Amino acid sequence: MRLITHNMLKCHVKNCDNPDKQFPLRFKGAELEQVEAERNDEFLVRMIPRLDWRALLVTTKELGIELPENIPEEPENDDAFLQALHTAILETHVKEGSMVCNGCSHEYKITKGIPNMLLAEHEI
Amino acid sequence: MKLKQLEGYLGEVAAFKNPKVQLEQYPTTAHLAARVLYTAESTFGDIDGKAVVDLGCGCGMLSIAAAMMGACSVVGIDVDSDALEIAQENIEEFEVEEVVELMQASLCHEAASTGSLELDNQLVTPMKGKFDTAILNPPFGTKPGNKGIDVLFLQAACSMATGAVYSLHKTSTREYLVKKAEAWGFECDVLAELKFDVPMMYKFHKKKAVDIEVDLLRLQPKRKQV
Repeated sequence: MRLITHNMLKCHVKNCDNPDKQFPLRFKGAELEQVEAERNDEFLVRMIPRLDWRALLVTTKELGIELPENIPEEPENDDAFLQALHTAILETHVKEGSMVCNGCSHEYKITKGIPNMLLAEHEI
Repeated sequence: MKLKQLEGYLGEVAAFKNPKVQLEQYPTTAHLAARVLYTAESTFGDIDGKAVVDLGCGCGMLSIAAAMMGACSVVGIDVDSDALEIAQENIEEFEVEEVVELMQASLCHEAASTGSLELDNQLVTPMKGKFDTAILNPPFGTKPGNKGIDVLFLQAACSMATGAVYSLHKTSTREYLVKKAEAWGFECDVLAELKFDVPMMYKFHKKKAVDIEVDLLRLQPKRKQV
């Protein structure tokens, strides 16, 4: 699972609804793998408004990944920014570990790069 | 990539080992996947350089086809571990790990009050507008407890994608779906009429397989009237 996708995952356990706590999900025991991917600047620039930047900063800091605090005025002209963004959201894969909700403590496991968002009966 | 080339490559995508009847698992053929994705890109430009979501991805046929037609990012979502295991093997076989990732999730659950199926909004809403294009061959809702699942999948797709949605549905539901699309603010076109050979898989059923008439639909958000 890449960070671009982690950025859209909120805890969805029944009655877990504290927006500050249920997102972003906190990584626990995360095993990372960098997988090189072709960079497409038009794609990156188009994705920027769809990202929750605050959450992305929290997560990248947690994982020790470089990401600028602020989005530049003209990201399309900022090569260093685009490269950092590309590496963070498209090339960083979480292969194993789990994602924990800071609100209800539910753990979503990640196995072979696949996050498991399924819930038990009582959590639905 | 040419259509014939794409179809040739997709012929190598591994299918379900033990398809689960309750989940309506049957493989999307290479023939169909190639045509859907080739059309989506060559006629409409909906795949190359785009963020794509594949709802009910199964063994990953549509996701891999999307990667081969130039998608920048593909997320395949399915509920079944066994299918996802095969999808993962396919992704590695086709060397598209840099583009395609998988997620195990259930888009729907039983509503507490009515017992009928509804979208898990807490899961789906955060994904709103995160993708450019959605592609799906959803369950048709023919199995007990699954009534309406085809509509819910389509609704989720329309929410997640900012652009076009390509989906397969029984022709018998066409009128209903066109009205639904309208209500959601979408235009709905029938790109093709197909026949699906769906294996019945019941031990005591007379016919081994049934031909179902299926529409390939393309939905896109209506342009706002000025």
